[in-house]
Amino acid sequence: MSSVTEGKEKDIREDIAWAKINRDVLASLDRPRATYWWLFALAFGMFLVGVACEAYQYDTGLGVSNMNNPDVWGLYIATFIFWIGMSHSGTLLSAILHIIHADWRKPIYRFAEAMTTFSLMTAGLFVAVHLGRLWQIYYALPYPNERWTWPNFQSPLLWDAMAIFTYLSSSILFLYVGAIPDFAICRDNASGWRRTFYDKLSLGWMGTDRQWRNFRVAYLVIACFLIPLAVSVHSIVASDFAMSQQPGWHITSFPPYFVAGALYSGCAAIITLFIMLRHTFRFEEYMTMPILDKTARLTFAIAMVWTYLNLIEYATVWYGADEVAKETLIQRATGPYSAYWWAMNFLGSVVPFSLIVKKWRANLTIMMIVSLLLNLGMWLERWMIVTPTFSHGYYPWTWNHTFFPSLVQWGIVFGSFGWFGMLFMLFCKLVPSVSMYEVKEMVFHRKLAKLHAREA
Amino acid sequence: MTVKRILGLFNDFDQATAAIRDIKNADLPHLDWDDVTIKSPIEHHDVESVLGVRPIPIRNYTLVGALTGASLAFLGLATSQGNFFSQLKGGKPIIPLPPDFVLTYEMLILGGVYITVLGFLISAGLPTRIKSDLYNTAVSEDQIGVMVKSNMHCIAEVRKIFERHNVLSVQEEVVAQ
Repeated sequence: MSSVTEGKEKDIREDIAWAKINRDVLASLDRPRATYWWLFALAFGMFLVGVACEAYQYDTGLGVSNMNNPDVWGLYIATFIFWIGMSHSGTLLSAILHIIHADWRKPIYRFAEAMTTFSLMTAGLFVAVHLGRLWQIYYALPYPNERWTWPNFQSPLLWDAMAIFTYLSSSILFLYVGAIPDFAICRDNASGWRRTFYDKLSLGWMGTDRQWRNFRVAYLVIACFLIPLAVSVHSIVASDFAMSQQPGWHITSFPPYFVAGALYSGCAAIITLFIMLRHTFRFEEYMTMPILDKTARLTFAIAMVWTYLNLIEYATVWYGADEVAKETLIQRATGPYSAYWWAMNFLGSVVPFSLIVKKWRANLTIMMIVSLLLNLGMWLERWMIVTPTFSHGYYPWTWNHTFFPSLVQWGIVFGSFGWFGMLFMLFCKLVPSVSMYEVKEMVFHRKLAKLHAREA
Repeated sequence: MTVKRILGLFNDFDQATAAIRDIKNADLPHLDWDDVTIKSPIEHHDVESVLGVRPIPIRNYTLVGALTGASLAFLGLATSQGNFFSQLKGGKPIIPLPPDFVLTYEMLILGGVYITVLGFLISAGLPTRIKSDLYNTAVSEDQIGVMVKSNMHCIAEVRKIFERHNVLSVQEEVVAQ
């Protein structure tokens, strides 16, 4: 729907009236397409599968997941890392692109921020789930007591807890503060319980110059905090592995490799949700093809960074003097998990080359498939970090090449996507998934720039 | 003397800022410049140049928050490590600096973000209840509001200035008799 001038499509039309922006976005809260309800039902169904599997595992014990020594993390911790990685999308689109004044992010950053929050909430579940019997989390809580479960301050696992708590609470605040002006718009247009709901959330926002002035600075400051925070979170998650002595994990380049992987999967997920929301909420005028094109190009760039770091990791192990690590690498490429390892490399490093074809970037079906494949590759990456090392570690008597996750594990992982999807769809029904005031700013500034260009 | 508040709604920023400039140039007696407010659907930098520099104290809150978070983290960790965990260290440093640096770094950010949000709420005067009749929902849609509080003579002058700049609608309320 975006207009074409001088042969170049625009990110957004400058002549969209502000009142229309309000109307279109507010309509998404009231009247989404039927697809919304289908997607919600699908997510809810997936969530129920996860709940059923978790209830069975809770009742029966961790044995039903097939997890045993040496692989005590399985899909659960691999999926935990995957969801932490997905959370970096919001930081990338909201914070980094905000600071560099890339205004094309404006129509799509809100849902990316929501992705950050819900991904972190999903990731947190896996820490509890991988313990099997959930009450054992009480015995694992590190505080000085008679059980002597003292905090080990040297352990990245403790840093992890602190970093994830900081990231989750900061990203919730970032999402909330950024949405206050939009809550005020919702308040002014709602009735009944919705009015009360938005009235509370908007905190009495009236759009005064005092409020805008302070809002701008507060938003910028939080964005500045979120960038190093996001980098530290995934670096610390990488340290869970890199600071151990396990072959295949004890690699210096792990933190940047993890951060690049996180941005990569986050970007791919943004493409998936972009296409879904564009259709479901009739956002064709705001989530335009040029914006999708830019997101796809950004994804390609990050994919290449990830590929480089992945190859660096292999090269470091290959040319290093650690024979055990080298054997584990060879085992990954030729052992029982080789199919998944090769699939990860193919999906993560080769499939993104499809994004350089301009015609394909303009095709929503192809982009949807590619984004899903990229994220499948990134999920496999996390699994291929965890399981092959556990199954083929330092000591041959601990090797277990037959380990494969049970249906219960797969069910819980499947359910986590449902849980995320359900929260995300609920969010989109209650909170404007396109930032109205930022789109107005985008339209206003572009119109102004056009006028100035004409005058010049 | 009766103190009143007047709100004029304009079609765009140009008209609103022109009206404010005229109010400024009119040099109205008894008008406190801090009582001139703009209400708008988006933030506009020209508004700042017309209204003049007004304080944004948020960065001070941020600095205090970040420093407090970092100091509390380091001192809290060091104190608890020294008091509760020294017997478990087996010869390793009782207060290990690299891990404590990581946790201090996280708390610096946590403190910075929390206190920035608190500072934002205080500086922006939020939360507040919209008690005034002069709130107009058109401001959250597409119109620019200019609000002035002063005595009734001054308000009458402001109304004339608004009308010269094609104001769309004008509302008044009595603040104090």
